[in-house]
Amino acid sequence: MRLKRRRGWLLVLVALTAFWPRAAFAHVMQSEGAGLLTGLRHPISGVDHVLAMVAVGLWGAQLGAPAIWVLPVAFPLVMAMGGMLGLMGVPLPGAELGIAASAILLGAAVAVELRPPLLLATLLVGAFAIFHGYAHGAELPAGQSPLLYSMGFVMATGCLHGVGIGIGTVHRWTWGRKWLRLAGCAIAAGGCFFLWKALA
Amino acid sequence: MSGARLSKAGTWAIVCIVLACYSEPAEAHLNSTGMGPACDGLLHFLTSPEDLVPALALALLAGLRGIEFGRRASLTLPAAWLLGSLIGMTAAVSAGSALLSSLWFLLMGALVITDARLSLRMVTALAALLGLTHGYLNGAGMSLSGIVLIALAGLVSGVFVLTVLASALVTRAQAQWARVAVRVAGSWIAASGLLMLGWSLRKG
Repeated sequence: MRLKRRRGWLLVLVALTAFWPRAAFAHVMQSEGAGLLTGLRHPISGVDHVLAMVAVGLWGAQLGAPAIWVLPVAFPLVMAMGGMLGLMGVPLPGAELGIAASAILLGAAVAVELRPPLLLATLLVGAFAIFHGYAHGAELPAGQSPLLYSMGFVMATGCLHGVGIGIGTVHRWTWGRKWLRLAGCAIAAGGCFFLWKALA
Repeated sequence: MSGARLSKAGTWAIVCIVLACYSEPAEAHLNSTGMGPACDGLLHFLTSPEDLVPALALALLAGLRGIEFGRRASLTLPAAWLLGSLIGMTAAVSAGSALLSSLWFLLMGALVITDARLSLRMVTALAALLGLTHGYLNGAGMSLSGIVLIALAGLVSGVFVLTVLASALVTRAQAQWARVAVRVAGSWIAASGLLMLGWSLRKG
């Protein structure tokens, strides 16, 4: 009896939902909304950026707490400062070289399981973050919302750190530690390629 | 069916047919129709990151501090927002809103990252100031009318619901990793604020 009553209520709910169509609001009427998607896509579209972001997460996972969350907190903040420098027109020579160097050094740090003091690791990551922010933070297509673009850019960067940390959890196993070091080598090799491209 | 009485299925069928006959047009394209002033106000808040994110950051901060802080923020922020909007309606100028918003992003983001141990009075003052500022910016340029007041009610309801939900969610999250995740979200908010500051300075 109770089951029947429940089914009855469910039927009423379904009927009400079906027969009360509401607005879909499916079409974004302004191009501003596209800023978020552009921002989310931007860090993922550049392999050099992806390598460095993932390397930060991997290194954080290798170092353990508190570096595992201090590095991903520091990176977006300093990256945004780099973006601000770019927006204000402050010259920063060799930004592309800095990005390639970040992949090489962060990859190498993962490969050799470098364990510097937390402050030094944060400073190193922060220094590289300036180059990433400077080169990519100001690349907003015309007509899109700067705030949404910035938020998307920062969120995508943070998610790439998250991917690195997620992969880095294999560090608890012996085989995982080996694979992580191998991944560090691959990232450093990728950085060498981008350095060669920047110099060519 | 037994006798003159309709079976349950028959009754449901009639109910469904009646409801179907009274269905309203979908009005999926809202260029001309709108959704009514209350929903317009609510949607304005939910689709304006410059308003939404600082309010969310305050809720996160209050949630990190505890239940009492969450309750206080949930009541103070919407009330101040309403007051600020009403004051803003008397003014016609809303200059510097981008700069102000980015500064709020920075301040609230920094407080969340550091898990600042603010007193209840400080959190209340922050909520009041945030509500007054953003309410003023929302209200500036509007003229006082019945429709605007309904829109304002929708907007303030949105602020209340967001603050209650977000602070309650964070208060419930006791695990260390969950608190860290909230602080990471704070770093994203502050970083977005820094970039926004850059954009507003470049425009200036």
